[in-house]
Amino acid sequence: MTVILDPTDEAVPVSRQITPRSGQVTGVVGLMDIRKPRGDILLDELERLLGERMPGIEVRRYAKPTFTKPCPDDLRTQMKAECDFVVEGLAD
Amino acid sequence: MAEISGFELDDLDGAPRTFPSTDPTLICFVKEDCETCNLAAPVLEAFAQAYSDTANVWMISQTREGSLVLKDRHGLSLPILEDADLQTSFAYGFDIVPALYWCPDGAALDTHFEGFVKSEWQGVDQKIAEMLDTEVAKIDWDTLPDWRPGCGSKHLDPEIHDRLLAEASDSPIRARKIEIASADDVAEFMFDQGFSDGLPIVPPTPERVVRMLSGTRRSPKDVIAQMPPNMGEATVEKIAINAVMAGCKPEYLPVVIAAIEAVCTDEFNIHGVMATTMGASPVLVVNGPIRDRLDMNSGLMALGTGNRANATIGRAVRLAIRNIGGSKPGGTDRSTLGSPMKFTMCFAEREDRSPWAPLHVERGFKAEDSVVTAFAMTSGPVHIVDQESRAPDEIAGTLGLGLESLFLPKYHMMPVDTLLVVCPEHVDTLMRDGAYDKDRLRARVQVVTMRPLRDMVANEVSGAGMTRAAAANLDEDQLDRLVPKFAKPDHIHIVVAGSDAGKFSSAYHGWVTGPMGSQSVSRKIEDV
Repeated sequence: MTVILDPTDEAVPVSRQITPRSGQVTGVVGLMDIRKPRGDILLDELERLLGERMPGIEVRRYAKPTFTKPCPDDLRTQMKAECDFVVEGLAD
Repeated sequence: MAEISGFELDDLDGAPRTFPSTDPTLICFVKEDCETCNLAAPVLEAFAQAYSDTANVWMISQTREGSLVLKDRHGLSLPILEDADLQTSFAYGFDIVPALYWCPDGAALDTHFEGFVKSEWQGVDQKIAEMLDTEVAKIDWDTLPDWRPGCGSKHLDPEIHDRLLAEASDSPIRARKIEIASADDVAEFMFDQGFSDGLPIVPPTPERVVRMLSGTRRSPKDVIAQMPPNMGEATVEKIAINAVMAGCKPEYLPVVIAAIEAVCTDEFNIHGVMATTMGASPVLVVNGPIRDRLDMNSGLMALGTGNRANATIGRAVRLAIRNIGGSKPGGTDRSTLGSPMKFTMCFAEREDRSPWAPLHVERGFKAEDSVVTAFAMTSGPVHIVDQESRAPDEIAGTLGLGLESLFLPKYHMMPVDTLLVVCPEHVDTLMRDGAYDKDRLRARVQVVTMRPLRDMVANEVSGAGMTRAAAANLDEDQLDRLVPKFAKPDHIHIVVAGSDAGKFSSAYHGWVTGPMGSQSVSRKIEDV
């Protein structure tokens, strides 16, 4: 038998639970722009459609400083505190 | 008096012998193929004859076969204990056999020596006799030589010592151990686990990792960086494991550690470098005395194959990013095409053949420092061929025209780094009429790449560049304005490498340079 040492960060795989779905969108919906080109255009359109179809909700906009780096912790915490839902525009 | 380690070892009859003991105890470690141990064996037997009524006189042999050989060869009656796994020898930490320990109260050490110095052996004989208030052992000391060197203890054989170190209670190894069944092929198993970049890897056994760790003075537990995207802890030990897999020698480890420090800074931004669809990867340049110590290649084929240090240092960094950081193709590494640099890209600057200050000195380090500098590059090495130019400005002009291909020749005012590797023959042409400093070369690159803004507007040949709408807002004079390839001359980093023959320089082309992308970072390499 050969013994080798684990070269990885040994992160134990955690099966993540999805937040229970209520079947309706209420409260605050955050729209997160990761700052990829034209992501703002997509989210503008989404905000317009949400306003038309779900007038009862509040939409808040967020943006990462740059798409090239991980989301800053402060922003992540802020969104978690303020939003019931978050839609993130990924890639081009 | 010093405390020494306890043990429980079986003698040849299978009876356990335990130390510390309630009786005075003499212990001697031996090995059967050591001539000096064979000289000492009858002496120890005589000690046993004289003192074993009131004291323990034990020989400890390093293999079972050895115990039997010694017993038969010398007709021994004293207890011969077996330390076949060598853990007791390791715990005592002596270098040479025979290694003698005299503990008058059965616990604390009074006398210790190694090898055979007759006066020392006679001295301990006297001590024991006095302490037990009995006659000295019957030994004809005159027939024995005054001095004989011992032999290296078996536990110090490199393979054995590294295993013992890895297994010891204060072992530097903390990483999870993975057992691979004997029916499994180790190489295939490691591919299946996703540890590899696609090429075979060296199995990171505890022995190899312990050996790798001997290349640094840093503690295996030191955390060098939190490595994105998983924010995995890049400890010295984890880096050493990946360095073993990459094929590094222990002396390369400090370079790998410094390079990982560099790429995990916010400035270098390894997360973005790895994630971009453009397919960037670190290009590592090593400067300073360590280049020679590691036998790195800065000459013929410096950017290519065949040199172990160049190849494996770059690969170790990439494997660490993959395994510790968790950046894998199709995961967060989203390169459209990728590049061979994603396997490895590391070379040394040919400082002896450069007319300029070496890269690390230019960046504020001392010439005697060893330094690794990391650049985030998306393509390269891209050749710049000029076998005809004979004048300094001509060759500098060629290098400029070659650099115009960065991203797309049409793009200018690029806020993007390039790493220009000038070959010795091109250096000679540059210097033919006297000094030609790096700033002059940078300025020449900017001058020869000056193009009117109108050449950068989207057109029927290529829709890339300035939009037609933006161009419509500019007047003719503005469109005639000349702009160089690079937004600033500082984007042009210059080093020398390559063999003496051949008029072929080369360039690496960067990614998004600056705080929103990646900036080159240098780190001093630990002097071991």
